[in-house]
Amino acid sequence: MQNPYLPYPVKIDEIITETEDKNLKTFKFVFINPADEQKFAYRAGQFAELSVTGKGEIPIGIASSPTEKGFVKFTVNKVGLVSSFLHNMKVGDVMGIRGPLGNSYPWDVLEGKNVVIIGGGFAFTTLRSSIIYMLDPVNRPKFRDINVIYGARTPGMLLYRDELAAWERRDDIHMHITVDATTDPDWKYNVGFVPTITEKKAPQADSDTYAIICGPPIMIKFTQPVLDKMGYGHDHIIMSLENRMKCGIGMCGRCNVGKEFVCKDGPVFTLAQLNTMPKEY
Amino acid sequence: MKVISIDKTEWANGIEKTKSIYRLFGPVKENTWHSFMPLGPGEQPDMAYGNSRLSPKFLVHPQTEPMFEYNLDEKQADHHVLKEIPKDVSPKAIIGIRPCDASAFLLVKRNFDTPTYKDPYWLTAYNSLTLIGYACNQPCSTCFCTTAGCGPFHEEGLDAILVDAGDRYLLKALTEKGEAYIQSAGWATSAPSDADQSIEKLKSTAEKAIASHVSTDKLRNQSTTQLYDAPFWEEIAFSCINCGTCTYSCPTCWCFDIQDENHGKCGVRMRNWDSCMYPLFSLHGTGHNPRGAKAHRVRQRFMHKLKYYVDKYDNGIQCVGCGRCIRLCPVNIDIRKVCNQMNSYDPAACVCPV
Ligand SMILES: Cc1cc2nc3c(=O)[nH]c(=O)nc-3n(C[C@H](O)[C@H](O)[C@H](O)COP(=O)(O)OP(=O)(O)OC[C@H]3O[C@@H](n4cnc5c(N)ncnc54)[C@H](O)[C@@H]3O)c2cc1C
Ligand code: SF4
Ligand code: SF4
Ligand code: FES
Repeated sequence: MQNPYLPYPVKIDEIITETEDKNLKTFKFVFINPADEQKFAYRAGQFAELSVTGKGEIPIGIASSPTEKGFVKFTVNKVGLVSSFLHNMKVGDVMGIRGPLGNSYPWDVLEGKNVVIIGGGFAFTTLRSSIIYMLDPVNRPKFRDINVIYGARTPGMLLYRDELAAWERRDDIHMHITVDATTDPDWKYNVGFVPTITEKKAPQADSDTYAIICGPPIMIKFTQPVLDKMGYGHDHIIMSLENRMKCGIGMCGRCNVGKEFVCKDGPVFTLAQLNTMPKEY
Repeated sequence: MKVISIDKTEWANGIEKTKSIYRLFGPVKENTWHSFMPLGPGEQPDMAYGNSRLSPKFLVHPQTEPMFEYNLDEKQADHHVLKEIPKDVSPKAIIGIRPCDASAFLLVKRNFDTPTYKDPYWLTAYNSLTLIGYACNQPCSTCFCTTAGCGPFHEEGLDAILVDAGDRYLLKALTEKGEAYIQSAGWATSAPSDADQSIEKLKSTAEKAIASHVSTDKLRNQSTTQLYDAPFWEEIAFSCINCGTCTYSCPTCWCFDIQDENHGKCGVRMRNWDSCMYPLFSLHGTGHNPRGAKAHRVRQRFMHKLKYYVDKYDNGIQCVGCGRCIRLCPVNIDIRKVCNQMNSYDPAACVCPV
């Protein structure tokens, strides 16, 4: 019997401090047994349990894309016990990864469609995975217009800044980067909250346009009415939930929203689905 | 399958013989209460018991159980890599488990044995068990099994069922595992011709003795969000002290936590029972808690058992009517009352004073 609780052993290959407050770090892992990389085949939008031996496990969205080979990447906010310990680990340290877990963004539905990505704060991790995946030369023809609205408090709080700049220079993806406020005279992108920029920059709704939103609850709360006003149907709005997790496979009982387990039936749900579920997240 | 008659003077002898093949567990009286305990040489199950205070679920899902071991010493090979701990697969038998507690295993199995994932700990333990059930001739006043998908002579989930017929026991094998156990006991396999009628008679007397009932027929068609928003949760939860007794004693509660426990440079990843009654169960690292108030947690317990489970598996409620949570709750919260309230809830009729 395959033990779904047993993590694949990995080594930390690289650690990148992403934000000016140093609370977000990206960890690049390589599998100690190369064959495990195949077994870890994943889709953008899935997550994994990062297993810090002797401390515990935390569910973290996969930030690398299935099209990137030889490693997996996660961006971790320093919050409590496990994430703080992880922030103090070094390149070369051994730990584990368990997954991939959860469903993913609905790639079968999104094929042939316009995709609008709306992200805020550090909830941009699986959105990075999705963008890299869609921009892969093999995949790009499968999608129509791609718009990305991504905001953070300040320029220094944006994740993946080099990649954002590179995407800005491309013509097959429309980037709308924004910050709440800045004193930086060289800032050449938008200033304003994500809902405001969404209203200005997001394409009008139609049956072939889907929005994926990930961000802090407050951003989602104010962005949703904007999308409603623009005519986005609730089955065309896709979100990713978070709840406290342990097992990640629908067994330990804690992450449920109604009868759905965020870990196994989610974390990705359409707003239409969420409307039929208790608001317990 | 056929029923054998066991002379009560032969019973203990047979039980003793099976110990050469099986590790046995059975009801044993400790102070006032009965518990399921290992039966060593010469120890017999106390067949005069009603039901155990805590359910025997711990024999499949222990309160605390090691999952993996590891070492943190960088000088050792394989440091920080989790290793599986070999599981005990030797045959075990529970003697005298009540039908409700056995059928609870089937209900919990839906959680641990899924098309996508199989829980190796739960399944290994469950598969190594033979369940020799004990029909209830005299149900307690808090039992409501007959309306909770179960019953005092319920056979589903058991490998054999034992019936106390006064001067003798009648034992009916229900599966091959049950047959094998009976074989190993070496009881004379006489098959009395009146056995089936005797069992039917005792069964119908026992079923009639079940005095309390729940209605569950409308749960499926209730709207989840309307039940969730029903006005009665605050009132139900008012006196609850979130002690978790209800969930720990329940044979159909399975929630658990996973923790790493270090001893110097070595350690084990453990899993421990947890409870939806505790705030930490769902607390996010950010401090946000989707079930932050007591009433949210009480609602979660009842909604899970009586609505979410019903909808998820279309196989009845997540309760076998054993009545433990009713007997043990320090503030007398009664699932029968809550179930009936949920079942008969009519949001249209509920006009709250504004
Ligand atoms: C599907 C999913 C994807 C996520 N993706 C990311 C990501 O890409 N980057 C990131 O920084 N964070 C992400 N999170 C949140 C992250 O899991 C928590 O911040 C983290 O578990 C906190 O753990 P801790 O041990 O540091 O905190 P503590 O407060 O000490 O938590 C103790 C334990 O509680 C559980 N826990 C606490 N908070 C959460 C939470 N919000 N969600 C789930 N379990 C929790 C974990 O098991 C954790 O080990 C994600 C959560 C989910 C559910
Ligand atoms: S046993 Fe009673 S008081 Fe304790 S948590 Fe359960 S319902 Fe609340
Ligand atoms: S909910 Fe109460 S009555 Fe039902 S199985 Fe659990 S302990 Fe028994
Ligand atoms: S994390 Fe255990 S059920 Fe979802």
